[in-house]
Amino acid sequence: IYRALDLAKHGLQIVPYGGSATMARNGDFLGSYIDPEVQRREIARHSVRDADANLRFDTDVMRQCRILRPFLMRTPPDPTSFKPRDLLELLHVGKEFWKLSEDVIYETIRFYTMSIADYLDEYFESELVKAHYAGPGIIGTALGVQSPGTAYVLLHHAMGEVDGSMGAWGFARGGMGAIADAMAGAFQKYGGEIKTDAGVNQIVVKGGKVTGVALENGDEYRADTIVSNLDPKRTFLKLMDEKDLKPSFVKQVRNFKIRGSSGKLNIALDGLPEFPALGKGNPLMYGDMHFMDSIERLELAYDDWKNGTWSHDPYVDMLIPTLTDPTMAPPGKHYMSVFVQYAPPYINGRDWTNEDRDAFGRDVIDQIANYSPNFKSLILDAEVRTPREIEDEIGLTEGNIFQGELTLDQLFFNRPIPGYAQFRGPLRGLYMCGSATHPGGGVMAAPGANAARELLRDLRRANTVPEAWSDD
Amino acid sequence: MTDADQVVVIGGGHNGLVCAAYLAKAGRTVTLLEAADTVGGAAVTREFAPGFKVSACAHVLNLLDAEIRSELALDANGLEFARVSLQTIALADDGNHLSISGAAVSGDGVSEADQSALVEYRRRMERFAQLLSRLHKRPPPRPGVNNSGNLVDLARLGLDLRRLGKTDMREFLRIAGINIYDVLEENFEHPLLKGALSLDGVLGAHLGPRSNNSVLNALYRISGRVSGGQGSLAIPRGGMGAVTSALGVAAERNGVSIRTSSRVKCIQLDGDRVRGVELDNGEQIAAAAIVSNADPKATFFGLLGARHLEAEFVRRIDNIRMRGNAAKLHLALDSLPEFTGLANDQVGERLVIAPDMAYVERAFDHSKYGRYSTEPVFEITIPSIHDDSLASSGQHVLSAVVQYAPYALKEGWDSARQAFLSQIIEVLARYAPNLRQHIVASELLTPVDIEREFGITGGHWHHGEYALDQALMLRPVPGAAQYTTPINGLFLCGAGCHPGGGVMGNAGRNAAAVVLGQGRAA
Repeated sequence: IYRALDLAKHGLQIVPYGGSATMARNGDFLGSYIDPEVQRREIARHSVRDADANLRFDTDVMRQCRILRPFLMRTPPDPTSFKPRDLLELLHVGKEFWKLSEDVIYETIRFYTMSIADYLDEYFESELVKAHYAGPGIIGTALGVQSPGTAYVLLHHAMGEVDGSMGAWGFARGGMGAIADAMAGAFQKYGGEIKTDAGVNQIVVKGGKVTGVALENGDEYRADTIVSNLDPKRTFLKLMDEKDLKPSFVKQVRNFKIRGSSGKLNIALDGLPEFPALGKGNPLMYGDMHFMDSIERLELAYDDWKNGTWSHDPYVDMLIPTLTDPTMAPPGKHYMSVFVQYAPPYINGRDWTNEDRDAFGRDVIDQIANYSPNFKSLILDAEVRTPREIEDEIGLTEGNIFQGELTLDQLFFNRPIPGYAQFRGPLRGLYMCGSATHPGGGVMAAPGANAARELLRDLRRANTVPEAWSDD
Repeated sequence: MTDADQVVVIGGGHNGLVCAAYLAKAGRTVTLLEAADTVGGAAVTREFAPGFKVSACAHVLNLLDAEIRSELALDANGLEFARVSLQTIALADDGNHLSISGAAVSGDGVSEADQSALVEYRRRMERFAQLLSRLHKRPPPRPGVNNSGNLVDLARLGLDLRRLGKTDMREFLRIAGINIYDVLEENFEHPLLKGALSLDGVLGAHLGPRSNNSVLNALYRISGRVSGGQGSLAIPRGGMGAVTSALGVAAERNGVSIRTSSRVKCIQLDGDRVRGVELDNGEQIAAAAIVSNADPKATFFGLLGARHLEAEFVRRIDNIRMRGNAAKLHLALDSLPEFTGLANDQVGERLVIAPDMAYVERAFDHSKYGRYSTEPVFEITIPSIHDDSLASSGQHVLSAVVQYAPYALKEGWDSARQAFLSQIIEVLARYAPNLRQHIVASELLTPVDIEREFGITGGHWHHGEYALDQALMLRPVPGAAQYTTPINGLFLCGAGCHPGGGVMGNAGRNAAAVVLGQGRAA
């Protein structure tokens, strides 16, 4: 997509960053480095056995990424359909699966079904090493590290690439908004027209097909084809009239699991905070920083979510992007982006209050301050986003960052809803292109491309969407 | 026929007995070696206090395979039921209760919506369970391997799935891998109903209602058809030991030589194939094939020795998740206790203490951190109501599965057992206030005790968690899931293999078919 839409030409620069660190309560830390030899020595500092296991772990995770990636840009088959296209695609999936060796097939099934804690137990013995690798298994999901299914969530985070380098992470220069700007530029260059401040109030249906949209400001647009980037609950329950949909479909949409589980803090800093565990000037500060040291602590953080409150000892995925991209803050100042797991959509069944939000923010700031003595004194301003704010500002139901849980019942041909996994909605002319569709969330854009391909197919236009990435 | 042609079966649990019986029935010379002084393994009846007998581990029969029952003529060999089609009575601590009998539920506050939802829920779950039970009757297929039998098996599975029809097939593919909490929340309103139904997904497992795989466990539980409808529960006359003693009679009638009090010390090899076994007393028994009813860890690490196996295989065996999380409570009672709100004839049903799903989940949370549940969940039966052979007239035995009780308890079971027992009695007394004064004797088997007494590693009844990553061709581990092992002539037939735990017998029967399929060389 990056290449097909020529996003670089439209101003998108991605700066890869490497490294991450997990700091423990006892003042120690575990760093991740790009150089394999440095990485091996670092893990060996905690466990020699784990340093060897890490080679196996990396290989196995990367192998799973390679197996999965060709399916990201293909439309899932409907396993209950007898249409030639579905049967052929099902056969293709079966064949791709079958041609892996028997052992790899087993490993694949296990990877998709195990908990990240059990999966890591098979490799590592050091609690700190396990805590370090377990984080990506829970980010954005309402599951705990011990919940079966979280190993896949780790895969979902590992399978990305930065311009061809698989598993790498990067910053968009100027922030995430730069990605949307570049995409908008590409869209406009191809003749697209963008209307902002144009909230849609209703999708108009006549005679079993969509005929247009009505905006909040009263304007109306007529259209034979409508593609919704919203999550299914908003698209079908808010923008549409229940009468226009089958009751069984409405029930399925209601049961779609889109659970808020994350919060976000954006913090403006007067200077660079110190982390005594890492020491001054440590390059690990350019990457993700976490404060965790055991699987048990991670699981306890999840128990708080289950019990209807935010984690009081939260898992934090923290970045200081201004170290890499100084354009995001005035000279000498810094911006810190703090992703927090877990924050529930409701507090004990009721809505978040401003007091709850502030208390949540304090817990997160205290967590960071436990590892950085001068952190609090550097805070100029902090913006705290709970699932409530994420929903209100961005329109993601319950503030779920993936537009729906990444569990087996909502993946591949089940995403978002069994029978509607091919980007077509329940009415003629209505399509879905958001993260709630295959292959799911993250700033990946594959759902949008997949939806475009299906739409072009229905319009009998030539396909302009890149299909099945090749990794080699 | 010489001794060298014989098959030795290690362990006389139900699967070992079934396997031995089928092998002998097919004409093989079979010796079954059992360490205890009676066959039965974890499906035995024993006296735990003078005059009081109880099913020592498994206590309700729900999975016994009908074909095995008729092919081995278990009814003619002494199997009788004291009670079939047990109802489930879900207890609430305010004295309210619900009666659940298959697809029917009644009780205070049950809406019509819940009643009709249960009919639809049961209909679907039973259809899905039947799909599983068809898989139980054959060794699991091997994906990635192109032989005709294998491809036929997979095609048959695909066809079975398609036969569900569009709506049910989609529902099956959606819920098979997820958790029962979400599924029950989608369907029902009454907390007590949801609590009781959620228990079916977590009994005997290291799972809470919110853990994925709990739907799979719930399906597994109703995959049998012992008596009456799909998934019905029965209590054998004479306790669970009656099932294995009937199996023992069937095995002997088919020519199996059963030797009890014969603990196998190790499996002996000759190069890369088995030669025989050595007993604790030093006796050596030659064998052309050895079938182990012991769990995979006990078989490969205890009896064989890891040094005979390739490192990757050892790693896989070591990684099998099989730490028990359920305790078994036995109470000797001098008269029938009263349960608040229950009529006397209801006390003999299956009583369940799982008042709502959050309660069950909280109980589970303790076990995640190596602690026992302070508010445990219970599955209770008082089998002596239906069977006067278990206690003298007027007296009763209460048998309960109590969760959660993790094998690896942080403080250690030796010091915690008594405290946990007191806690259990205290919780029970909320539902049966006069229980305490009727207790004559008690016994609590923690997973550590179950491991010690029945030789099951980790004290896990099912010889390993039943989960998507430990089921079918992944059970117990890839490479040993078709009852064969990397050692020539060594086979597995226990609950650690496909299909899994419960007094079912299919693992034993499938294993016998595999041994026979290899001919005399095996």
